[in-house]
Amino acid sequence: MRSRTMPRPSLNLEFLMWIFTRLSGVTLILLVVMGISLGLFMGARTQMDMGTLMRWSFFPNPSHVLDSEIPDLYLWSNGFWQIIQILVVVFAATHGFNGLRVVIEDYSSPGFWQAFLRFMIFLLWIFCSLVGIYVILGS
Amino acid sequence: MALSRKVGLFAGAKYKGGGPMLAWALHRISGLGIITFVALHVIASFLTQQLGSDLGISINIIYQSIYFQLFIVFCAIFHGVNGFRIIVLDIWPRLIRYQKESTWLEWFVILPLFILTAFIMIRRFLAG
Repeated sequence: MRSRTMPRPSLNLEFLMWIFTRLSGVTLILLVVMGISLGLFMGARTQMDMGTLMRWSFFPNPSHVLDSEIPDLYLWSNGFWQIIQILVVVFAATHGFNGLRVVIEDYSSPGFWQAFLRFMIFLLWIFCSLVGIYVILGS
Repeated sequence: MALSRKVGLFAGAKYKGGGPMLAWALHRISGLGIITFVALHVIASFLTQQLGSDLGISINIIYQSIYFQLFIVFCAIFHGVNGFRIIVLDIWPRLIRYQKESTWLEWFVILPLFILTAFIMIRRFLAG
């Protein structure tokens, strides 16, 4: 196979979301690793079972660790973790609903229904992000 | 769409894509599983927290079953590790030549992680 020069990608939605999917994927993996390691550092090693720690690192919400043996919640529920949770929700919702859009566009042809489904996914994306942020700030 | 992809399910399943095709299909399935779980869970926690409704609690009971948890753990581990493999192959396109080997490599990471996790979860579940 001889080498060929690739055309310069134009700055459209597909290209931007392609880049974003990679970046947000790495970011989410790093946030999970951070959740595990800071959780262990804050005492999960002796005060929590593994399922609770995994639920915490999947989404660092204080209500995920309520049924464990940690003495009080002040390390686990503060502004830092709220910011991390908002980052997780926004990155995960955008990554996930964009993935859903890609899957749906693979199995549908352009036309009214595809545009309709795209619009519904857009609404779900906005709805889930806002409701997620609301729940985070309220818990 | 430039390609016409009128391919049925059986023709698609007979296509001998091997490991990379399995990874591609499982990446989609696990992604759809995670997004279903996360979207329902966001709505359920909103219902429980803000409205105190029983619907949120009954949705949460589904998540707490061991089968659903095992499924979601597999989805999360597979989607994460396979996504990392895809990113690595995208950053260094020369490695595409070894993509079959890379799917073998990723199973060497995924299977120990998942089997150990599932073992601990099932042991806890059986202990009560």
